[in-house]
Amino acid sequence: MAGRTSSRDSTPDSRAGTYVPEGIADEFTQGEPGEAHGASSSDTTGQKPERPNAPALGLVGTLRWMWRQLTSMRVALMLLMLLAVAAVPGSVLPQRNQDAAGVLEYLADHPTAGEWLDKAGFFDVYSSVWFSAIYILLFVSLVGCILPRSAAHYRALRGRPPRVPSRFNRFPAKATATTSASPEEAADAVAAHLRGRLSWLPTFRVDRGGADARGSRPAAATVSAERGYLRETGNLVFHLALVGLLVSVATGQMLHYRGQAIVTEGRGFANAVVDYDTFEKGGWFRPGSLVPFSMTLDKFESEFASDTVAFAQARDFTAHVTVTEPSGEERPEQIKVNHPIVVDGAKVYLQGNGFAPEITVHDAEGEVAFSGRVTFIPEDTMYTSRGVVKVPDVSPGLDQIGLVGYFLPTAEVNEDGSARSAFPQPVDPLLVLEVYTGDLGLDDGSPQNVYELDTASLTPALEESGERVKVLARPGETVDLPNGLGTLTLGEDLPRYVALDLRHDPSLAFVLVFALLALAGLTVSLFTPRRRVWARAYTGPDGVTVVEVAGLARGDDAGLQAEVDRALGAVPGAEAEPAATGQAQEPRIETGSEKD
Amino acid sequence: MELANLSVLLVWGAATALAIGLIAFSVDLSRLSGAKVDARDAARSRDRVSVGAGAQDDVPGPVDAGSAVTGAAAGPVNRKFAGIGMSVTWLAAALLLIAIVLRGIAAGRTPWANMYEFTLVGTFVAVAVFAGVNTRRDVRYLGAFVSGLGVLFLVLAQEKFFVEAMGVQPALQKYWLVIHVGVAICATGIFTVAFVASVLQLLRDARDNGSPVLGSRHWGWLDHTAAPAALESLSFRLNSVAFVLWTFTLIGGAIWAEDAWGRYWGWDPKEVWSFIVWVVYAAYLHARTTRGWSGSRAAWFVVAGYACVLFNFTGVNLIFNGKHSYSGL
Ligand code: HEM
Repeated sequence: MAGRTSSRDSTPDSRAGTYVPEGIADEFTQGEPGEAHGASSSDTTGQKPERPNAPALGLVGTLRWMWRQLTSMRVALMLLMLLAVAAVPGSVLPQRNQDAAGVLEYLADHPTAGEWLDKAGFFDVYSSVWFSAIYILLFVSLVGCILPRSAAHYRALRGRPPRVPSRFNRFPAKATATTSASPEEAADAVAAHLRGRLSWLPTFRVDRGGADARGSRPAAATVSAERGYLRETGNLVFHLALVGLLVSVATGQMLHYRGQAIVTEGRGFANAVVDYDTFEKGGWFRPGSLVPFSMTLDKFESEFASDTVAFAQARDFTAHVTVTEPSGEERPEQIKVNHPIVVDGAKVYLQGNGFAPEITVHDAEGEVAFSGRVTFIPEDTMYTSRGVVKVPDVSPGLDQIGLVGYFLPTAEVNEDGSARSAFPQPVDPLLVLEVYTGDLGLDDGSPQNVYELDTASLTPALEESGERVKVLARPGETVDLPNGLGTLTLGEDLPRYVALDLRHDPSLAFVLVFALLALAGLTVSLFTPRRRVWARAYTGPDGVTVVEVAGLARGDDAGLQAEVDRALGAVPGAEAEPAATGQAQEPRIETGSEKD
Repeated sequence: MELANLSVLLVWGAATALAIGLIAFSVDLSRLSGAKVDARDAARSRDRVSVGAGAQDDVPGPVDAGSAVTGAAAGPVNRKFAGIGMSVTWLAAALLLIAIVLRGIAAGRTPWANMYEFTLVGTFVAVAVFAGVNTRRDVRYLGAFVSGLGVLFLVLAQEKFFVEAMGVQPALQKYWLVIHVGVAICATGIFTVAFVASVLQLLRDARDNGSPVLGSRHWGWLDHTAAPAALESLSFRLNSVAFVLWTFTLIGGAIWAEDAWGRYWGWDPKEVWSFIVWVVYAAYLHARTTRGWSGSRAAWFVVAGYACVLFNFTGVNLIFNGKHSYSGL
């Protein structure tokens, strides 16, 4: 584990070509696979399983070569850049899991290109084979890189600081002083200073020793000290935490479930797969993990700004609900945007809201053909909301009826007959529907979107002018449908609905812990200085004690000279040696005066 | 309303101050490079010596720039204009700070919830970081570029991103607005200053390596910036601070998204690009320590990373349509 020559060629300290601290396994930072594990003992740990039956050439040799390539820093670098590039298309093209409608639209607009893109996974970039391949390779590379490094670091943690070098003058930071104290006292003082005040939390790992006289050099009391093991520890924690993060996220994906339910005021839903409008789950999900609580929406409140600057901007949404536990225990709760509630380990979010007016349709024979709340989905910030009423259950012999149109909380009808909402609250509500007749196609069993009316095989009701008939209704009104189809009644009060998202992901705590560990490890590894300090105290020719201190850091370290100066300052009665100090420090005066 | 107008006025004041700073710093640089040809040669050979001496050379800016200027070879050059530049930089930072505070009072909330405000605060951070670093070591050679970018950002903010001061929608009403966005702005501001240092590093490196274009006299001012190694060291330190902040931005954003959007990560365009930024800067940190990639090659990663930062802020807000559409435009 001797220090090796530097591999970091254009960083400043490596130009000196002298020093790489142990424990910071710079062999990994080299590009050459041959050297990558070369002189370090981590080599054996990394390759052990392959050793016994490894022929010199052939398959195993090739595999080993590939492994070394993969775990080399240069390949990691390439994979990182590749990952960045591969992430781009997912932000440009619509993605299925966020914007399925956008994907369909894109496919319709670009039939040929779209199909190819689809085949290549460009609409599911983040679960595509190629994206996954890149990050999985990256993580394999990371593990291959980090495990041997962890082993090497573990050994380094139990090692001792390197012995005092014979010559100090090639070091970037050094200082000399004389003192009337004995060499032993001086060295003890430096050592005590470097250990720091808290014995259980030493700043430096310190060895006090001595060097025999050699040649012209007198015997000396020595100190060698090293700090910053945490730097590598932090780095390893960071990388391992990334692995933990990936594993937690993947586990969460497998175990999670998520359901969406639309609930109108006064109604409720039960936490059961069948009660959700959409339900999505991971591969290891078991229905048993749905705790059978139920929930009722008592009331929904919304608040919008009415000042001119922020006119109609949403200010607050609150869903007042009653949760009923499986035990029968009931309790009131409030769900707000940003403030999901947690029920039996599942989080319930308020994701959307709108109006679900009560609509009743009587057919030509006066029978009730449809009665119920219809969900109108807001299309703009003023809640111009679109909805569909399908009336299949007309009296025998009559055509089925389809109604499609808008609910406007605050209607603003323009001269050309077009209408939109001018405020999100029901100030002047109006229902505007077009009427279709024919076969709604509900009986052939193929699934249909309840929010869409397929008008292809339906006949619109037309005015004499050829324009589509628009049926207008205000709350409490009953209006005639055209062509004697019957009547439509809009309920007096306008129930609100909320779109609730219910989600259960048991991995959340792990994801958070690993993310924070990564952050902590990163911070420690970037900001912990890695330094070595050596001191030598001996009796000079004129009988006074001379103390020399030298320091060495990894990478850029503006505080190194200050560290050396402080160590020297700890010597009792030290008098800086002007000539030597001045000379030694000349190129670093500015640095020495820096505060960091 | 009145406070909001005063805030706008102060932003223009800050932009003007930065414009003056830009001029003053440029005059300073051109004076430095005009000051005798042999001063330049002396400075260059000095660099070479200190690079050759190697180990000492994580000495940042001041030694090289300073000694080239004040050292015996160059003769004393009056840095009065750099002084003016620094004074107006501080002034601009102060004006901007007041403008931001007033804006916050006018809107009745934290003043960083839309693109306009983000730009103001980000510019403030960049200017303040530059001025702050300068109290520790002489980095006045960065001044022209930082003020130049500052003017550009402020004018863009005022002309293109401006929205009236007002409250925010429910999804933004959380203390995470203060933390997540605040940290993101700090990171962006610091990335900006680091980017300037890396660009100078690249230019300087090209000049020192005898680039035909950059070797010409017009680029003589480059000799009065710091040595490439010192610029790289400055850029690295700033980038590592910003990278940690960026990591926190991602984590904080995810925690917030978990509450606001019902999932911690969903590959929304803003999330994608924040991730890309993170990966590019991670690659930068790795490149720095990879043989054959450190030095000016690594600096290109900073350029790429910063381009992604800018795109994440402008392109993603204005072009793409995601959950993260809080630009107010
Ligand atoms: C998910 C992918 C990865 C990310 C996001 C990542 C991120 C980072 C970051 C931010 C640092 C900076 C900390 C520092 O400089 O000390 C770092 C350092 C490092 N990473 Fe990674 N890394 C990844 C994969 C890898 C892989 C695959 C390898 C090995 C082949 C690797 C090897 C290293 C090494 C050796 C360092 C230390 C550099 C030094 O000592 O200065 N990393 N990594």
